[in-house]
Amino acid sequence: MPGAGIVGYGVYLPIYRIKISEIARVWGKKADVGIEEKSVAGPDEDTATMAVEAARNALKRAGVNPKEIGAVYVGSESPPYAVKPTATIVAEAVEATPETTAADYEFACKAGTAALQACVGLVSSGQIKYAMAIGSDSAQCRPGDALELTAAAGAACYIVGSASNECLAIFEGLYSYTTDTPDFWRREGKPYPSHGGRFTGKPAYFRHVLAAAQGLMRKLNLTPQDFDFVVLHQPNPKFPMQAAQELGFSPEKILPGLIVQHVGNTYSASSLIGLAAVLDQAKPNQRILVVSYGSGAGSDAFSLKTTEVLESKKPLAPSVEYYIKRKVLIDYGTYSKLKYLGG
Amino acid sequence: MRKVAIIGVGITKFGELWWSSFREIFIEAGIQALGDAGISGRDIEAMYIGNMSAGQFIRQEHVACLIADQAGLNPIPCTRVEAACASGGLALRQAIIDVASGMHNIVIAAGVEKMSDVPTEGAVGALASASDQEWEAFVGATFPALYALMARRHMHEFGTTEEQMAMVAVKNHDFANKNPVAQYRSRITVEDVLKSPPVCTPLKLLDCSPISDGAACVVLAPADEAKKYTDTPILVAGSGHATDTLALHSRKSLTRLDATVEAARRAYEMAHISPSQVQVAEVHDCFTIAEIMAIEDLGFCKKGEGGKMTEEGQTNLGGRIVVNPSGGLKGKGHPVGATGIAQAVEIVLQLRGEAGKRQVEGAEIGLTHNVGGTGGTAVVHVFRRMN
Amino acid sequence: MAAPPRFWREIPSRYNLIGTRCRNCGKVFFPPRYICPNCRRKGNIEPYKVKGRGKIVSFTEVHSPAPGFEKQVPYVLALIELEEGCRVLAQLTDLAGHEVKIGDEVEMVFRKISEEGEVICYGYKARPVKSS
Repeated sequence: MPGAGIVGYGVYLPIYRIKISEIARVWGKKADVGIEEKSVAGPDEDTATMAVEAARNALKRAGVNPKEIGAVYVGSESPPYAVKPTATIVAEAVEATPETTAADYEFACKAGTAALQACVGLVSSGQIKYAMAIGSDSAQCRPGDALELTAAAGAACYIVGSASNECLAIFEGLYSYTTDTPDFWRREGKPYPSHGGRFTGKPAYFRHVLAAAQGLMRKLNLTPQDFDFVVLHQPNPKFPMQAAQELGFSPEKILPGLIVQHVGNTYSASSLIGLAAVLDQAKPNQRILVVSYGSGAGSDAFSLKTTEVLESKKPLAPSVEYYIKRKVLIDYGTYSKLKYLGG
Repeated sequence: MRKVAIIGVGITKFGELWWSSFREIFIEAGIQALGDAGISGRDIEAMYIGNMSAGQFIRQEHVACLIADQAGLNPIPCTRVEAACASGGLALRQAIIDVASGMHNIVIAAGVEKMSDVPTEGAVGALASASDQEWEAFVGATFPALYALMARRHMHEFGTTEEQMAMVAVKNHDFANKNPVAQYRSRITVEDVLKSPPVCTPLKLLDCSPISDGAACVVLAPADEAKKYTDTPILVAGSGHATDTLALHSRKSLTRLDATVEAARRAYEMAHISPSQVQVAEVHDCFTIAEIMAIEDLGFCKKGEGGKMTEEGQTNLGGRIVVNPSGGLKGKGHPVGATGIAQAVEIVLQLRGEAGKRQVEGAEIGLTHNVGGTGGTAVVHVFRRMN
Repeated sequence: MAAPPRFWREIPSRYNLIGTRCRNCGKVFFPPRYICPNCRRKGNIEPYKVKGRGKIVSFTEVHSPAPGFEKQVPYVLALIELEEGCRVLAQLTDLAGHEVKIGDEVEMVFRKISEEGEVICYGYKARPVKSS
């Protein structure tokens, strides 16, 4: 056992939503990705501002002194600066500075879980008391591209502490599966990413998610029946539903953590917001499997066991459902303007 | 301290003076004032210049030196006075104190601003430097925005209407139409104001004074020597200057400028008069709401009744007190540093009986009111005809 | 708009609503003041974090922007009276068609304020609180 757990969690979604059917209408496409609406960052929002609100929510649940946070890591593929860390902005805004380490993580949509792994390591080693991992993205995509039907904005934050009766969930184990697979990329200076079309399926998402899940279960000597929930990276509903089924999980275990149909693909926040949705509903002593996926490619898998403490932590900050319901619909014109202003 | 009088005045046209530089407009106003006072440049002993932002508008600091130099008046002492839009009024006060103290006898108070050499956004930005940079300008506040906050609060607390505010602009344009140096000579209607594009709600374009170039100049002398120079010296009966917080968020009230109240109180006390004795006033109408608040804060009507007083025509010719017969900042123009001096020029003309079609009949006591920023500085002067 | 050192110096106030308080008379100042105007030298100024909740005292919709704020037009500025009694000027955010009224409750959130000169200035904006 790693010797670490989660002492606080928090999410943030911007207020704006656009219907996928509206985007499809403008481009003469079919809105058949299984997503209703996606979230859109406001003109004064970016990866840093969303990360800060998610982090402040996590702190409300954790109830720890921010000066005792010894690491702040932000995972994103849309940081506000090409050179200057987002993590220092966040660390300052949660009052964790100056006695803390900070860095930005990059690995497409699994940057957030990579940050989380590092936190688990630092805390388990006894070097620091609490560590903060954030996945936050305001996803960029070329107008008219297939990605425009799914790319969204959001953030999630997890505060890790040593496994103790402070934790609302304990890490049982970590396992990762990584290869050099060019399914999705963006070169420096180019405004929008490119992707490999159908190549992003079996050789990319499915290969790594399945391998990571199976690897973790093998390592911990567990089977799908031992888990109450499974949360997978969700670029759309179809991929995680199919992967869950192939792994042998029944639908009612994946549905509570599946939120992509309401908010779209929040990239580095995707599996982490899904996990938060599960934590909002889970009872004590339930086991959760979380598997992220980042193009390029890799998956990080975690097994978490909830504790008695979870119940009292839930109401201390807004739930995922609160943010899903807090929405204002915009049309494609307004969406384009927001995208342009967001830079 | 001895009494001080104004013995000469000069003023340029106000507007976008494309063909005139900062140096040229000052010289023009100065020459006029000297001619009006019947003195020569050699008689001038000191100068006080109101100028808010030559540094931002024409990249020139050290303007007092520039002006003394260009006027051919080296080596006399020349001081630049800055208090945002109250620079002119404060320069006048400093000049008065100089003569009253006995330091000098013939002193010039002048104001000059050249705002049109930068694009409008540049001028808006320069004006915004009179607000709190860290806590107002930083979050996107401009001057119209800050006065708009006061306007909305005034409407909320007293029921002042946008129509009443518009009536201020209509009256002042009417007066400007009769003033040969005014920037705007055309009349407008209440509907014109209400239909003009929003600047910062509830203020619209025609609620706001313009960006202008211009200069004005007055010559001061000891009152008991004034008759040597002119048959119509005008006595400075009272002078008051007060400060309030820079930022709106620190004010005690959003609908009252405490600096105006206090500066006026000091000026009335020194002049031994009450507000009801003032017959003509040039007040600081940078925005229409500012005139409404000014006539309340100067004691011409009760707090909250400024809109009604305007609507009833009580601030027009024939009313209880004629306000802004020059056209005010709104109609005459607002070259920031010159405004405070220009107000004094108008009152002097009124008290001399030389105001032509805008003349307030039999005016004996006049007042000028000059505000800096959103009310952080206020300077009030009371003038009286010397018999 | 703010040069990096000038912006950086105020980060505790801009990011975390750290103002000051006079220990002598108890008055809270946000934005911070460095001497208490009531107590002056008898005062005892210390840092003080305000909660960031308050009510709208006045507001305006800005159509003619400050330099650097052109892309945000129209934006709404509000003067907010915080719970601690002091007032602060802030832009409203996440309005999304909500009709602003004097008396509306707001909470301060962390947002981008301006991006002139490439360094992004973050700070506080006010978001309407829906009375549930």
